[in-house]
Amino acid sequence: MAKRVGIEVSIALAEAVKLANVDVIPAYPITPQTHIVEHLSEVIANGEVDAEFVPVESEHAAMSCCCGSSAAGARTFTSSSSQGLLLMSEILFIPGPMRFPIVMAVVNRALSAPISIWNDHQDIMSQRDIGWIQTFADTGQEAFDLTLHAFRVAEDRRVSLPMIVNIDGFTLSHVVEAVELLSQEEVDQYLPPFKPRYRLDPRKPITMGPVGIPEVYSEAKVAHNEALKASRRVILQGWKEFADLFGRQYNPIETYRSEDAEVLLVTMGSISETAMTAIDTMRDKGQKAGLVKIRLWRPFPGPEFRKAAGKAKILAVVDRCLPPGAICGPVGAELRSLFYKVPGSPKIFNFIAGLGGRDVTVERFEEMVDKATAFAKKRPKELYEVIGVREK
Amino acid sequence: MIPEFEKFKRFKAKNLPKEELLAPGHRACQGCGEVLALRMAMKALGKNVIVCMATGCMEIITTPYPQTAWKVPWIHIAFENPASVASGIESALKVLRRKGKVSKKHVDIVAVGGDGATSDIGLGWISGALERGHDFTYICLDNEAYMNTGVQRSSCTPYGAMTTTTPPGKKSFGQVTWKKNVPGIAVAHNIPYVATASPAYFLDLMNKVKKAALVKGPAYIHIYSPCPTGWGSAPERSIEFAKLVVETKVFPLYEVIEGRYIMSRKITKPKPVQEYLKGQRRFRHLDKEHIAYIQQRVNADYEKLVRLSEMT
Repeated sequence: MAKRVGIEVSIALAEAVKLANVDVIPAYPITPQTHIVEHLSEVIANGEVDAEFVPVESEHAAMSCCCGSSAAGARTFTSSSSQGLLLMSEILFIPGPMRFPIVMAVVNRALSAPISIWNDHQDIMSQRDIGWIQTFADTGQEAFDLTLHAFRVAEDRRVSLPMIVNIDGFTLSHVVEAVELLSQEEVDQYLPPFKPRYRLDPRKPITMGPVGIPEVYSEAKVAHNEALKASRRVILQGWKEFADLFGRQYNPIETYRSEDAEVLLVTMGSISETAMTAIDTMRDKGQKAGLVKIRLWRPFPGPEFRKAAGKAKILAVVDRCLPPGAICGPVGAELRSLFYKVPGSPKIFNFIAGLGGRDVTVERFEEMVDKATAFAKKRPKELYEVIGVREK
Repeated sequence: MIPEFEKFKRFKAKNLPKEELLAPGHRACQGCGEVLALRMAMKALGKNVIVCMATGCMEIITTPYPQTAWKVPWIHIAFENPASVASGIESALKVLRRKGKVSKKHVDIVAVGGDGATSDIGLGWISGALERGHDFTYICLDNEAYMNTGVQRSSCTPYGAMTTTTPPGKKSFGQVTWKKNVPGIAVAHNIPYVATASPAYFLDLMNKVKKAALVKGPAYIHIYSPCPTGWGSAPERSIEFAKLVVETKVFPLYEVIEGRYIMSRKITKPKPVQEYLKGQRRFRHLDKEHIAYIQQRVNADYEKLVRLSEMT
């Protein structure tokens, strides 16, 4: 039976990896991801799970090692953050087209310079196009559940793609929350053993990663993209079965008090929790504000988002990343593309907030909703505004 | 002494495996010493192997999709990381065997990279894998420059050699640095087996590769690999150069077994380095002084190696 415990979110996530009966964990330490891999080393050392912990010499080696391990047919997990994720970047583009179902927890953190260990989404947004399935967790329970879901979806033979679960550094990873940990029997019921279609085996030799000559390269890229788009069905099925078994339903796009809202805040990750409080406050004041949370970032759930946005007139889209020189933030740009020339589509304003650990408070969310409402009457010069920047 | 070596039956001209695990029909240049060395290494390793390969000549010539020259499982991920990929495979097979998910039979895991992948971009990755003690063999096929990208210098390019990034000119004589001692770096990791080999001495090469595979833990083999295209040498003379490089003491053949240096071939009557240098366009511009300097350093390096073999 599942048991509800007070637990640090990183440890809860690591417990999910343990319960998944993981085989290989190549990992390299970086703040704020360290508690996850430390706990995994501990459970391996105590014999709670039979797995190989490979203490590699860099994140680049970690992801390279993950590729080898997954190609050999092992259930493979790693975790990283920030500069570490960027050091892996070269290799992150490879397991997608090669169809290695590696699962990674990315504990989101700002990028240098200036060096910052605190939370925002610059790291993962810089790696947006690596071709992995990507989800975002808002709470400890979600971090635990989505990790199990990630193994289930990634390793499904209809998918065979790598998958990232994003959790915010410190503000989620290091907090103690009440989390319902599933029992081994429950996890086994949900997550079948990994049975890869192909693996490196001298009895059935295959060549993995040949040269993509111009006659085949486009087809290979399209095949990967098609697979990523088609994974949607399995992602939804994975969530449905999770709900059937354990009663918690997840959706690609989640909403909060959005039905009759005129202005919708759009968030990703743990700030959604504060945003919900802000929505309550605004509703109390009589403002018709609601919230849309993006849980599935890749493949982007366009139809679900359009449906969730409903008849709202204004979207106040929050980005946790400032792409220098761009027209707006990555989530803002995604939604602008989604609604481009769609009749009756909402006006979209983009707010960049919470960079490098800056708190995004209830008041800040109220400010965004107010500003978006004002912008709808008088269009601002820029398509985005950075929220909470000190003048002096 | 390494127990696995006791039951090891050496390759001889009479018992060479006939099967080609690296099939003919690949796209290597004429006279490529590298693909020849690789073919011999594969013969020595046999079928029960998984090959992880770095980006480079050997990777592109053997696997233009939908063709492959590989009759054994083979994987390429990127340039600098075959040692890390091998680490992942070795760890995976270890745990999957424990869990009864794969056959208990031992599989040799081999990582292969060129001199650029080994001595420059991948050195840290190799160091990590050797230090962690994975049971695998790393083979460096050293053709002394980045040939796949068009003959740029690496830290394994010999002193004085012309490459496209060390062109001799009014103010330059080619490569200004001495070849990096990568086998020495491997030895510094206290791994059980390190060796150098040359395709001209093919039985020696094959026996060393087999020993590297047999030994428990990491092994490193550095193979000299003539490149007629990059060196400006005659394709039909590749094996001759692979022999001359040893006879002139430029590339000595030795093994380091558990830290003990053993000379595979003692050169008592060395030929002058000039004999090795001539016939290769990359050395054509060198004057007498440069050649004298090379001769002196080659002698000193060889002496050091002999002393190491006497000391250990």
